[in-house]
Amino acid sequence: MRQWFRSGTPWIWLTAAAVSASLIMVIGLVSLIAIRGLGYFWPGEVLDIQYRDADHHTVRIIGERYDEERVSASRLRESGVDLTTNAEQIERYLIKTGNRDVGGLDFRWLIEPDITTIERPGDVAVIERREWGNLYGFLIALKQGGQVVAEGDQAWPALAQRLDRARDLFAQIRAVQKEAMGEVNHGLEKLRLRERMLEIRGENDPERRLEIVAQRQELAARYADLEQRLVGLSEAIARDSIVVQTADGGIVEVPLAKTVRIFRPNSMGPTGKIAHYLEKLWEFVSDDPREANTEGGIFPAIFGTVLMVIIMSVIVTPFGVIAAVYLREYARQGVVTRLIRIAVNNLAGVPAIVYGVFGLGFFVYFVGGGIDQWMFPESLPAPTFGTPGILWASLTLAILTLPVVIVATEEGLARIPRSIREGSLALGATKAETLWRTVLPMASPAMMTGLILAVARAAGEVAPLMLVGVVKLAPSMPLDGDFPFLHLDRKFMHLGFHIYDVGFQSPNVEAARPLVYATALLLVLVILVLNLAAIAIRNRLREKYRSLES
Amino acid sequence: MQDTNNLKATRPLTHGIDISALDRHDAVATRGTEETCIQTEALNLYYGAKQALKDINITLPKYRVSAFIGPSGCGKSTLLRCFNRMNDLIDDVRIDGAILLDGADIQTRDVNVAELRRRVGMVFQKPNPFPKSIYENVAYGLRINGINKRRYLDEVVEKALRDAALWDEVKDRLNESALSLSGGQQQRLVIARAIAVEPEVLLLDEPASALDPISTLKIEELVYELKSRYTIVIVTHNMQQAARVSDYTAFMYMGEMIEFDSAATLFTNPRDRRTEDYITGRYG
Repeated sequence: MRQWFRSGTPWIWLTAAAVSASLIMVIGLVSLIAIRGLGYFWPGEVLDIQYRDADHHTVRIIGERYDEERVSASRLRESGVDLTTNAEQIERYLIKTGNRDVGGLDFRWLIEPDITTIERPGDVAVIERREWGNLYGFLIALKQGGQVVAEGDQAWPALAQRLDRARDLFAQIRAVQKEAMGEVNHGLEKLRLRERMLEIRGENDPERRLEIVAQRQELAARYADLEQRLVGLSEAIARDSIVVQTADGGIVEVPLAKTVRIFRPNSMGPTGKIAHYLEKLWEFVSDDPREANTEGGIFPAIFGTVLMVIIMSVIVTPFGVIAAVYLREYARQGVVTRLIRIAVNNLAGVPAIVYGVFGLGFFVYFVGGGIDQWMFPESLPAPTFGTPGILWASLTLAILTLPVVIVATEEGLARIPRSIREGSLALGATKAETLWRTVLPMASPAMMTGLILAVARAAGEVAPLMLVGVVKLAPSMPLDGDFPFLHLDRKFMHLGFHIYDVGFQSPNVEAARPLVYATALLLVLVILVLNLAAIAIRNRLREKYRSLES
Repeated sequence: MQDTNNLKATRPLTHGIDISALDRHDAVATRGTEETCIQTEALNLYYGAKQALKDINITLPKYRVSAFIGPSGCGKSTLLRCFNRMNDLIDDVRIDGAILLDGADIQTRDVNVAELRRRVGMVFQKPNPFPKSIYENVAYGLRINGINKRRYLDEVVEKALRDAALWDEVKDRLNESALSLSGGQQQRLVIARAIAVEPEVLLLDEPASALDPISTLKIEELVYELKSRYTIVIVTHNMQQAARVSDYTAFMYMGEMIEFDSAATLFTNPRDRRTEDYITGRYG
C-alpha cells in the first residue's frame, strides 16, 4: 500500500479525476441549457383532454404538455385536492392552455387520475398572436371585411396567402413607424434643440426663427403624410380575420393583423416540423422581443452585448497596455511600483457591483452631468449623457477589466528575452524605438490574452450594468442610420440582464422559463464567438512573433 | 584557406596552443605606429559595492582584432560592454575613469548613447535575431535611422549579407523568418545586422561560444575578413580562438588587466606568471 502511494499512482488518479469532474460539469451545464433552451422551439403536440375538475364537472382542455412531475398524494390532499385514488405518488402534468384573454390563466396543472381521455386531433390550430400569447382552437371560418369567405377545411388553403399579405403589411407599418416616422421625430427634436440653443445664446433673431418655423412645417407635413399612409396600411391589414372555436366552445374572432403564424402541429410531417423549428430559431436570434420579452426574439440584446464588449475592448486595451508599459519598462522598480502592482491585482477582486456604483456616481452623474452642462445645455433638464447609457456601461466594464489587461501585458513584457532588447539597443535604437519596433509587437499575444480574459469577464457581467445603462427594453438601438450612427448616450439591452429580466421579472414565469435557457445558451455562444475570434488573432500573432526559446 | 588547415593542424603545439596561426601576425606592424581607436584611462567599474574592473588602462588600435581572454567572471565582457555603454542598462553600476573613442570621452552626459551604439556595434554570445524576416533584421538599424527607401535598403541589405558571408545561403528566402536559420547562420545574420549601419567598431562578445565547430570556423574567417574595415574587439574564453583571430590579446584576471600585447608575444612569451599559468591550462 505504501509502495503504491510512493509510486505516484494515486496522485495521477486524483488529478485525472479532478479534470474529469470539471469536464463533466461543463458538458452537463452546456447540454442542460442547450436541451432546455433549444427544445422550446420544437412544435409540440397539442392535446385535447377531457378532464374532471374539482367540482366533478367534465371540462375540455386543449393545450401543450409543458412539464410533468410526481407529487405525493398526501401533499395534494393537504392542499385541498379531492383525490379518487389511494396511490401514494401521483403524476401531474403542466399544460399550456394559452387563450389568456379567454380563460385568464394560460397554464394549468392536471392530476393524472382525473384525466378521462387524451386525443390528438389533427386539425387543432395554434395561433401565435402579437398580444395575449398563443390561442389554441379549431379554425371555423375566414372573414374578409366582416364577410365569411371560406369555412371549415376550405379556410386553410385561403389562409396562407392572406397571412403572408398581413405579415407583409405589418412589416410595412413597422418600417413607417420606426424608420420614417422616427427620422421625422429625430429631425423635430433636433429643431427644438436648435431653437432652445439659440434662445440660450440670445441669438434668437426673427430671421433664424422663421427658418426654424419653415423647417418645422416641412417636417410636420412629412409627418402628416406618413400618418396618412399609416392609416391606409392599418385599414388594409385589418381586412381579414379568422374565427376560432376554443376548448370551452366559445367563438373568438382574431384579426390577422394580430397574428404571427398559424399552424397545425398535430398534422405536421417531420420536414414541416423542422422548417417550423428553424423559422422559430431564426426569429429568436433576429427579431425584436414581444410581450414583455417573453415572446419573439432577442436580437437587440445580442447586438447590445456585442457592441458593448467591442466598445469596452477599444477602451481597455490601449489603457491597460500603456499602464503596463509604464509599470514594467519605465517606472523605477521599487516599493511604490510594488504597491501599485498589488493595488492593481486587488482591483481585480473588487465585486462588480461596486464598480457599478462607482460608474453611476462618477461617470453618469459627475462626468455625464458635466458633459450635459457643457455641451448639451439646450436639452436640459432632460439629460443626454447624464443618464445611464452604453458609453458609461462600457467604461465601467473597462475599469473592471483593466487589471486583467495590465497584469497579462506586464507578464508578456517580462517574458521578452533581454537579449532581444539589447540587440535592438546595440544597433543604435533608443528605448522608445526598441519598445515600438520590437518589444510591443512581441508582447502582443500577451495583450490579446489579457483582452480575451477581459472579454470573457465583461460579456458575462450583469450586476454593474443594471446601474449604468442596461434596460429591459430599449426603444432604439445604439447603432442606427441616424447621424452620428453610433449613439453612445443610448441605453441598450444585454443578454445577461435579459436572462434575469425574463426569468425573474416576467409576469409569466412559466412561459418564460425555456426562454431563459435559450438566452443563456446564446450568451454562452456569444462569449464563445468573441473569445474564439480573439484567440484566433492571438495565435496568428504568436506564430508571427515566436520568440527565440520556442 | 590556410586558416582552415590550421584547425586540424598536426604541427607541434606550444603550451597546448597551435601557434602556427600566429605566423601571420609577423606582418603586423609593431605597436605604437598604429592609430588608436579606443583608449581607457584608469577605468574602474563597480556593481553596487563590488568592484568589477580595476584600473584598466588599455589602448586598442584601429583596424585590428583585439581579443580579451581570461577565466569566467574576470570582467572581460563587462569591459567590452563599457565601449558601447551597454552597462547603462544595469542598475547600480558606477564607472569612473575615462573611455575615449577616437579621442572623445564617451562617458559624458551629453553623449548621444544611441548614436554611440550605432558607431560601436555589438554581437552577443547567443544569436538574437528579431522575430522578423531576414531582410527586416538587416534593415532594422537603417529603418531606425529613418531610411525607408526600398532600393537603398535592398542594396545595403545585400552588401551587409555578402560581407557577413551569408548572402548565398539566404538570397532566395529573404522574406522568411530569421528564426528559421541555423544557429551559425543566425549569428552571421546578427553580424550582418550590425555592419549594415556601418559602425567603426565591432564588439563581439563570445560570438562563437554557442555554435558548432564549423559555424565557429566561419565566424572566425568572417572576423578575419572584416578587420580591414572595422576595429574589432572580441571576447572569448577559447584561447585557440584568440590565438587564431586576434592581432592583440589582453589577459584579464579578477577585474584587472594583467597583460596586453601582440598575440604572438602573449601566447609564446608571456611576461606575467598568471598569464602563463592560464594559457598553459593551470587554471581557468
